[in-house]
Amino acid sequence: MEQNKKARILQGNEACAEGALVAGANFFAGYPITPSTEIAEYLARNLPRRGGKFIQMEDEIASIAAVIGASIAGAKAMTATSGPGFSLMQENIGYAYMAEVPCVIVDVQRGGPSTGLPTKVSQSDTMQARWGTHGDYHAIALAPSSVRECFGLTIRAFNLAEKYRTPVILLMDEVLGHMREKVILPEPDEIKVFNRMKPTVPPEWYQHFEINPHFVSPMASFGEGYRYNITGLTHDPLGFPTSRPEEIEAKLNKLEKKITSNVNDIVRVEEEFMEDATIAVFAYGIVARAARQAIRMAQHKRIRVGLIQPLTIWPFPDIYMEQMSEQLEAIIVAELNQGQLLGEVMRTNCGKTKVYGLNRFDGDILTPEQIFAKIREVR
Amino acid sequence: MEIIPAVTYTYLRSKKKFPNVWCAGCGIGIALGAIIRAIDNLKLDRNDVAMVSGIGCSSRMPVYVDFNTLHTTHGRALAFATGVKLANPKLKVIVITGDGDGLAIGGNHFIHTCRRNIDITTILINNSTYGMTGGQYSPTTPFMKIGTTAPYGNRERDFDICNLAKSAGATFVARGTVYHVTLLEKIVQQAILKKGFSLVEVISHCHTFYGRLNKEGTAVKMMEWQKEHAIPIQAAAKLPPEKLKDKFLIGTLWDVDFPEYCEEYDKVIAQFQVPPEDSEGKK
Ligand SMILES: Cc1ncc(C[n+]2csc(CCOP(=O)(O)OP(=O)(O)O)c2C)c(N)n1
Ligand code: SF4
Repeated sequence: MEQNKKARILQGNEACAEGALVAGANFFAGYPITPSTEIAEYLARNLPRRGGKFIQMEDEIASIAAVIGASIAGAKAMTATSGPGFSLMQENIGYAYMAEVPCVIVDVQRGGPSTGLPTKVSQSDTMQARWGTHGDYHAIALAPSSVRECFGLTIRAFNLAEKYRTPVILLMDEVLGHMREKVILPEPDEIKVFNRMKPTVPPEWYQHFEINPHFVSPMASFGEGYRYNITGLTHDPLGFPTSRPEEIEAKLNKLEKKITSNVNDIVRVEEEFMEDATIAVFAYGIVARAARQAIRMAQHKRIRVGLIQPLTIWPFPDIYMEQMSEQLEAIIVAELNQGQLLGEVMRTNCGKTKVYGLNRFDGDILTPEQIFAKIREVR
Repeated sequence: MEIIPAVTYTYLRSKKKFPNVWCAGCGIGIALGAIIRAIDNLKLDRNDVAMVSGIGCSSRMPVYVDFNTLHTTHGRALAFATGVKLANPKLKVIVITGDGDGLAIGGNHFIHTCRRNIDITTILINNSTYGMTGGQYSPTTPFMKIGTTAPYGNRERDFDICNLAKSAGATFVARGTVYHVTLLEKIVQQAILKKGFSLVEVISHCHTFYGRLNKEGTAVKMMEWQKEHAIPIQAAAKLPPEKLKDKFLIGTLWDVDFPEYCEEYDKVIAQFQVPPEDSEGKK
């Protein structure tokens, strides 16, 4: 079987776009921005070939708005951007949390703030992916570290969005987006695709924001005969604006619980050499690759160091990190920013382990040598 | 007392959502009545109607009616509606917006949606102010009129919405008022029937803020102003220029044909679909 599968040379951005197609995406709206543009270009070419639709909107605010509108009309929809566009999208991403609209937002990160470094790598939108829009809400964000993972985690982003009726953010970065690698992609029939739950009740009984024990309500699309209201105002289960304290609390609880009561399903952590490690490198996205290499170098020197690579960065792997704090003496949090998940690692570790930041924010990636040097330093 | 035709009630989510948020005497409800009657005249299936709005007093309209209703973020209704329409072109998409929502914060989406010529009917309620936030000046507040944020008179010029839409590429442009309510019903109906982007500007009044700040009197007085200042486009052709001074035109101002965006995109898709006979032949 394996021989039949064609190895392909794909760019991270292309792998992401290909993943979207395999996940069943049939709508993309976006606005060009480096280093994400190849995703839009790939989908402009390939969506109509499969009966899907691509539209270039007038800005990123319109792009995410069109994506949400399309999802409400039944499409599996995605947009892709980078920092400045991600900032512009924030108000409407909040709308998608509030209105519980499944969609995928890809942020191929570049250096910031502002226009920053259009062609250079960064992981400085990590916190924005969690706290970018105003209000109380719970985010899902995934971070791939290879071209293969760009493909797989884009599919996963769609699956989680559909399963939990929520926007999901895929945090890539410039190097990952532009890097080409040989990948062997699974056949479509080997891939699990999850589609949103549909109502089984007659329209008179339908509540678009029904509160049930799973905290996720079935979702009818516009045009399917259910005729409901959607608003970004805090609303009751029927979707009508409310100012009743008990309804407000129930709504915000629902947004919280559908994520926090499902962390076991949503959170994924990859690890390497962690069985007997006393030191861990905590790294995600492109940095995890360099960390893997650094750990091999350290293993050669008989240093007991392992890798913790969260594939899900939001919700943060609290439970896993709490467990690890019992075993570890030191954690190095390696990031291409001034220390964003560093604080989360410290929070979950409650002072049990020494936590060190290894931060690079000059537009280049952390090298295996730099990480290895840090391992030797903290050891 | 006027008897409201029973048909209007059947379109209202009357059990759930009334009383409404609008001030007694506001023009927005009159516009809603005209829109409902237009839809009823056209015998549209309500399951196929999607009403999309932004934020503002006017944008509260969809919540009250029994269609697929989407109350979005401030200024972005047209962008949400573009996604809805493109994903399901069978839906009749009607956007309700205000002068602030549609032309200030949403101005970019407005011109681009006109240009794209996607089959969306936009009804822009122009009350010359930001009603919901309490009477600040808007892109359609006339020069030297008062707003709470223009206490010494507005020093900016106002938009001519219909001209803007026409220049940006809308294929159907009409203006009505909440005073001329039968005309409004008629042009909304025409706008919905139009294949392409259509805009209906509805001159309305916000007596609560704009009227009070500018000493323009009650809702009734402000509607009388509409009556006195609106000239039907057919009549205007026969009038000398001095009679048109300080007046505005109502009726269908622009109606042209241009390929509609969703249909054009379907042609893109169609070229990749192999006809069944061909695929047989290839094997
Ligand atoms: C991003 C954002 N900015 C500001 C507001 C506050 N706001 C709500 S309604 C409104 C003005 C609405 O004016 P208009 O569209 O003319 O509608 P009207 O209330 O007059 O019908 C503003 C500024 C908001 N809701 N969102
Ligand atoms: S504030 Fe003005 S626009 Fe809003 S409902 Fe009252 S009268 Fe109408």
